[in-house]
Formats: sequence, structure tokens, C-alpha cells
Amino acid sequence: MKPSAGPIQAVNDFVVKFANVNGSGSASANLLFAKAILRMGIPVAPRNIFPSNIQGLPTWFEVRVNAAGWRGRRGGVDMMVAMNPQTWDQDLKEIEPGGYLFYDSTKPLPDTKFREDITVIGVPLTEICNREYSDARQRQLFKNIIYVGALSALLEIDPEEIAHLIGDQYKGKEALLKPNVHAMTIGRSYAVNNLDCPLGIKVRRANAVGERIFIEGNSAAALGAVYGGATVAAWYPITPSSSMAEAFARHCRKFRTEATSGKARYAIVQAEDELASIGIVIGAGWNGARAFTCTSGPGISLMQEFIGLAYFAEIPSVVFDVQRGSPSTGMPTRTQQADVLSCAYASHGDTKHVLLFPEDPKEAFEFAALSFDLADRLQTPIFVMLDLDIGMQDWLCEPLVWDDARTHDRGKVMSYEMLEAGKEFGRYLDADGDGIPYRTYPGTHPKRGSYFTRGTTKDRYARYSEDGATYVDNMERLLRKFETAKSLVPEPARRDAGHATRFGVIYYGSTAPAIDEALAALAGQGIHLDALRVRAFPFHDSIADFIAAHEQVFVVEQNRDAQLKSLLVNELVVDPARLMPVLHYDGTPITARFIGSEIAEKLAMFNVTPLRKVAP
Amino acid sequence: MTYLTKPRLHHPDLPKNKLGYTHRDYEGTVSTLCAGCGHDSISAAIIQAFFELDVAPHKVAKLSGIGCSSKTPTYFLGNSHGFNSVHGRMPSVLTGANLANRDLIYLGVSGDGDSASIGLGQFAHSMRRGVNMVYVVENNGVYGLTKGQFSATADKGSKSKRGAINNDEPIDMIMMALQLGASFVARSFSGDKTQLTPLIKAAVQHRGAAFLDVISPCVAFNNHAGSTKSYDFVREHNESVNRLDFMPQHAEITADYAPGSLREVRQHDGSILRLRKLHEDYDPRDRIAAMDYLQRRHADGEIVTGLLYLDPDAGDLHAALNTVETPLNQLGARELIPGAAALEKFNATLR
Repeated sequence: MKPSAGPIQAVNDFVVKFANVNGSGSASANLLFAKAILRMGIPVAPRNIFPSNIQGLPTWFEVRVNAAGWRGRRGGVDMMVAMNPQTWDQDLKEIEPGGYLFYDSTKPLPDTKFREDITVIGVPLTEICNREYSDARQRQLFKNIIYVGALSALLEIDPEEIAHLIGDQYKGKEALLKPNVHAMTIGRSYAVNNLDCPLGIKVRRANAVGERIFIEGNSAAALGAVYGGATVAAWYPITPSSSMAEAFARHCRKFRTEATSGKARYAIVQAEDELASIGIVIGAGWNGARAFTCTSGPGISLMQEFIGLAYFAEIPSVVFDVQRGSPSTGMPTRTQQADVLSCAYASHGDTKHVLLFPEDPKEAFEFAALSFDLADRLQTPIFVMLDLDIGMQDWLCEPLVWDDARTHDRGKVMSYEMLEAGKEFGRYLDADGDGIPYRTYPGTHPKRGSYFTRGTTKDRYARYSEDGATYVDNMERLLRKFETAKSLVPEPARRDAGHATRFGVIYYGSTAPAIDEALAALAGQGIHLDALRVRAFPFHDSIADFIAAHEQVFVVEQNRDAQLKSLLVNELVVDPARLMPVLHYDGTPITARFIGSEIAEKLAMFNVTPLRKVAP
Repeated sequence: MTYLTKPRLHHPDLPKNKLGYTHRDYEGTVSTLCAGCGHDSISAAIIQAFFELDVAPHKVAKLSGIGCSSKTPTYFLGNSHGFNSVHGRMPSVLTGANLANRDLIYLGVSGDGDSASIGLGQFAHSMRRGVNMVYVVENNGVYGLTKGQFSATADKGSKSKRGAINNDEPIDMIMMALQLGASFVARSFSGDKTQLTPLIKAAVQHRGAAFLDVISPCVAFNNHAGSTKSYDFVREHNESVNRLDFMPQHAEITADYAPGSLREVRQHDGSILRLRKLHEDYDPRDRIAAMDYLQRRHADGEIVTGLLYLDPDAGDLHAALNTVETPLNQLGARELIPGAAALEKFNATLR
């Protein structure tokens, strides 16, 4: 079959998508493929698009190879590695005109199962496996490695890099190392001997990765929690946050085991549910340990009552929300930014919470460490808003850094000495005018500084009170404290277009890489927008200024209801008409192509015509 | 409740314990519960127990959920930090507090609604984990603060003050605690302070999850004929397995007990529990026998009180997690931050 429009020609800039059956071991093989390209100095952005299932359902793995270093999803597929008959038809449709199809040709398929405009590459993978291996499990696992080997010849991936990675992975396990390298070689040899290599898309060794590291956001956030001084973690398994708790345990074993005794400078409890998780965090925070839980939307819903207690009783606590497709069980293995409102106003009554929005694993590390300082300083729950895309995918990002001069800010804690010296202690007394009271740790002083913590109304000295004026006094102070929070949370990151423009764009979290790429593409077409990345709630005053300074501001988010836009309108004095939502919420990460075309289309209403049509 | 405030001045001749504290140093604010409430007797027993144990009040953290029982921590140990958390969730808050600082004594106070209904799950899991604590359930079989609804410990067939009959099977928290791995399990009666106070003292000294079910009649909503948690009913049906006298390690053993009626159990810290057995065949260290015995007495309509089960060598959650001896809340940045060099090494593994 000959492609009608000519095969795609691209070096170090293409998208390969693997369609597999879940539980077949394909994700590790596909990651091996991505890492080998990365080791050749070419940036990659892999995304595992997996089902809520252990075995049998369709799963995909997308690898974007991109020398320019764009980390978002591009949209479109240049090469499909179609290993799953269940999704064949759908997978075939996704291939760009002129693209490539790689498939297992053991069983002949009728012509109607193919397309005229793509290049088809068949490798009899099953046949090769059946010949080489007798064990069913080996046949399955090595089939994946064999196709990686074949792709290495087709795309000119250095087989030495693959062999090195296999060596790293199976260090000390010779029994596994050699057969894997052998399987890769079988696939490669088959391609070299039987296929036209290389294809129009291929890689070429480059020096575009530099010092950057390749890491999942959940692991980076967990390490941030270690550096941030968290000693107590309580969690309940829920996708996509479980791997953060597991990474915390791993990092702690490495960094927090007391050398002399082998004992743990941390405590991790897998609780019976999310209610207990947040309860443990609040108990630990009350007692002066830095504590966190990690969860996802359904867990946030379950924690509501406790979050209100922590807000009202002013207990430092940190919640990592690795957001997924909602509502209800929703799309548990897909990504969204749909918990913004449920976290900002979590619990019954008048509550407002501090939210942090990291854009990638590096910032997840930084914000995780920062969140514990903020929790202690502000004596309130802090939400670190990750999502599945940041949390569970490997991202290429700048190396993590730490300043050894930095220590932990434990906030306003009244010590034994301060109490002994007769300093006035009122647990809810606004001693400094910033809305933040002093607290004491239990057990500090025999006679002074003890108090009773409750979710019920109390006066400035923590005494039970049902008096209306006392209640209002306390609620007003909590507002002052929230105002103080504004000066402590990360400021928004503003990037101006470099051209005078009436238009702006506001975005946050994992939308950032797609925005970066989309804005560059739009600028290439003569459409310029100033950009503002929101990094925290409460909102810094400069956000309102940014909105006021632009005639129209696009608010790009990954949810249906424009939740950040609602929060902006609710919390800032801005003209809602200036804010125009751009929303992507099908569970896949937002793409640069989507953002570019949405913005260009909407701008057409303002008579802004691109110099050129939006590139595909 | 009483509206008389307690005088601030202490009598100069009030007896002092080893730390120089008087009984008054272990009291809290005036109770706002109904006059005659069994819970106030339990508070009195707690005050007595901590006074006699020579525990500095500020080294105790008292935690509770929501309900009449959960209000009581205000009424004792006024110099302790207290935490009145959310309904049914005291166990998780206590667990977290305990993880943060293993050096304090944790006293959890809950009720039957708080622990057997809304909080059954957290009760169960805190027992499973062996959190080092004293968990007191002030059990009256009724929701007092919301005026008289049945709780999950109300016996089947018992009658509410308004005349409704409870059709649901009761939850026996003692049996659950035994089954779930609590290492100290006792039941007492709020009206029997001589039994209750030593039990509380022993529970405080025990390392591991100590569970105390204290039947505490509700004078307002569950003290009528037809109730199985009334003063009269409990007195008539109480079957005590043993009397407990707690002897700390440093105390001279002077108690006068007839030979043959004593059983000494050495605790992990070397202190000795002395049990006066009312039944020669009752061995509180045998969990299976305890469960069997309780079931049989229950079938006969008897409420067994006393120390029902004790594992003197029990571990706790900190032992299971192998945490350092220093309380986690006292570790500083130096112990907690791996540093810049370690991070650079970590980066290198990700290239």
C-alpha cells in the first residue's frame, strides 16, 4: 500500500503512539523506547494513557519526540504501533495523513483494515515469539521488547542506548538482562533484514537535553515533602495519588533512616479511608509534626468535615490533590483540573483555603516543600493541586535544587521560655495584627499555654463561647489571615508578548507546557497575547491588574465549568465580561493545537485575523 | 449542671502527690452535663487516677469526638491540651497526635454514638494498629445531646424514654476490641469508682491500645424502667470478674490481699498489675477464654466488669513503624532535610 500524500518526513519531531492491552507489560517497554531517545540527547514527552483496570482493557502510550523541548501533548499521531486488535479501527483513524502504521503481521488482515494514505510496516511479532520462546509469559513480555528493537532500526534509535537502559534496569539480575537484550536484537535484526530502514520520521543524536532530569510529579512532590520536613503521612490508596505515598516511603527509607539505629524519622500510615487519613494529619499537625495526605477528588469530598475543622481550629495540614476526571468515580485514570472550587471552598460554612498550582514536577517539588512552611506559618490546610498528567507521567524538567542555607519556618509557636517569661498567650488572639495567632505544642509548660481545641465557637483565649460578636470577631480575623496569605504564596508568573496587545491569557498547572507552545505558534502567525500563570490562591493583586489591563483575557483550564474563572470573578473585583473560558476536559491532557485553534477562532470575533492559517 | 463556680484558692493542707500537685491540679472547668450524669463520675475517676499516678497534667493529651461524653475532657486535667474533634473521628486524630509525639500520654474519650455508630470504623482500626492510648467509651446506649435516640450499643428490645422499642442488635465493643487486637480490655461501671479508678491507672500504664468500656447511665434519657443501661439495671446485672489494684514499680507493695486470690501481671515497664480474682478460673491473659467467658455470661444476661484481657508484652504502632525514640515533632531541619548534595546525586539518577 502506498501513501497518497507522501510519507511524513521529520527528524527529532514526531509523535509515536503505542496501542496495547493493559497488563501485557507494554508500559515498561514503551518507557524504554522513550528513554533511549532521551539518552540520545533528544527531549521526549511520554504519556501513559491507561484504563482503570489491571488486565485486558485497552491502554495507550504516547511518546512525543521534540528537539525544541515542547513538553505538552501536540495532538495527532505520526506513527501508530497498533498492538491491540480491540482498538484497531479507532487507532488507525488517528494516524495523520502520510503517517505510519506498525503492526503484528503474523495473521493476515484484509485490505479494508488499512488506509491508503499511510505507510504500513508489518512485523510478524507473534510468529517470532512463538519460534523463540515456549513460555506464554515470555512470549508476551518479549514481544514488547522485540517491537522496541524493530522500531530502533526503523527510527534510527541507537541500540546501544537501549542495551544500556536494560542493563541499568536489570543490574545484578543477569537472568533477566541477557534475554531482554537478545529480544531487542531479534526485533532489530528482523527490521534491518526485511524492512526499508529508516522511515521518513527518525531521530538523530542531539544535545538538546542538557542537565534536565526525567521525573514523575508524584515522586518529585514526595521528595519535596521530605525536604519540607514532613514526618507523618497518612493516605488511602486512590489513583492517581497512590504513587506519591509510595514514593514518599521510598524517599524516606533512603533519606530519613537514622544511621546509628536504623530507625525511621518518619511515620507513614495507610489509613482505612480518607477520613482517617486527614484525621491523622490533623492530629499530627496539632501536635507539632509536619504532616500530609495525598488523595484525589473523591478523597477531597470525603475529607470535607475535617478540612473545616482544620480551617476553624487553625491546624497546619497539607493535602496533595492529584486531580483526575470527575465527578463521582468519573474517569479515574484520566487527567483534569476539576477540583479547584471544591478545594478552594472545601467544607461547610464560610471557608477559604490556600491552593498552590505547580506547573510540572520541578515546581511540584518546590511547592511541596513550601507548603509545609505555609501550613505552619498560616496554621491552616494547604492544598497542593497536582493532576494525573503531572503526577503520573515522566516529565523532562530542570534539575531539583535546594539551598543549604534554607531551614523550616515553623511559624508562631510559643515556647516554654516565652510562656515562662509571662508572654500573653491567647490561642486565637491576633497578637501581631496579621490575623495569625500563636499556638503551643501540647506538653510545653506545666501551668501555662494549654488550651482546648474545638470546632465549636470560641473566644480569643480558646474558651467555649456561643456569643455572636465573639464568633464574628474570630471569623473576621480568619479573613485577615487569608489576606496575609496573599503575601506569602507564590506570585503569578507573567510573560509579556513583546508586542503591544489587547489580549491576555490566564492558565495554571499542567496546562502550562501546551500554553507555552500554543503562544509561540500563535506569535508565529502574528497573534500576540500576554500570559499570566496563576500559581496560588488567594490571588495576588497583580492578577486583577492583568485582567484590567487587557480587553479580553482567555482563561484556559481542564474542566467543564471554568472553575478558575469562577474563582477569579468571585474573589477579585474584575469585569467578568473580559474573561473568556477555553476549556478542555475529555480526560486527555490539553494540547497546543487545541489551545491555538480555540484562541484563534475566538479572536476572529474581535476581527483579529492571523497572518497565516493555524498550522496543523 | 451546677452553677456554683469552684473557689480558686486551694486548701493549704490538701494532700499532694509526688510531683507536688494536689487533686485540684487535675480538675478542669465545671461540668455542663446534667446533674447525676454517669460521665461526671468517670471524669472524677480520671482525675483520681492521674493524681495517684503522679503524672504531670501537661504530659497528657486528651482527645474526644462529639457528644456528651466528648465534652467531658473540659472537665478534667485543665492543664492538659485537649482536642474536641469531629463526630466519630477521635481515633484518627489521636493516632496522628501520638505519631507526632510518642512521649505524651494519650487519653481518648468517646461515647457509644461516637464510637459504635458513626465512628465504628475508626474505633476498629485504631485498635488494630495498637495505638498507645487509653480509649474510654462512656457507654449509655443513647444519644443524649440530641435528646434520647438509640445508639448502636442499645440492647435489642430495650425501651426508649418515649416508649420506642429498639429492634436492632447491639454492638458489643468489648467483643470487638478483643477480636481486633486491643491489648488491654476492661469494662466498668460509672457508679463503681473503686473498680474504675485502678482500671484507668492500669490502662494508662499499659503500652498499646487500652480499651475501657464504661457503662454510664444517662439520667436524662436512659435511666427508666425498660432501659438496659439504667443504674438499677446495671447494678442488678453486674458480674465482676476481678478487682484491680495497680502497683507502680516504685511503690512499696503493701496492699493486703489474701494469698490465692491474687494474680500478678508484670507490665512492659516492670510495673505490676494485681488482680483480685473473683473467679479462680478467670485468666485475663487468655484472649480466647475471655471471649468465650464473655459470650457465656452475656447469654445469661450478665454484664461482666473488670479487667477482661491483658497482653502485658504488647507492642504499639511506633514499634510497628520502627520510629526513632525522639518524638517526630522535635526533629529539626538538620535531621529532616537531606541537603543540596543529596539532591544533586538524586538528580543524577534521573538522567
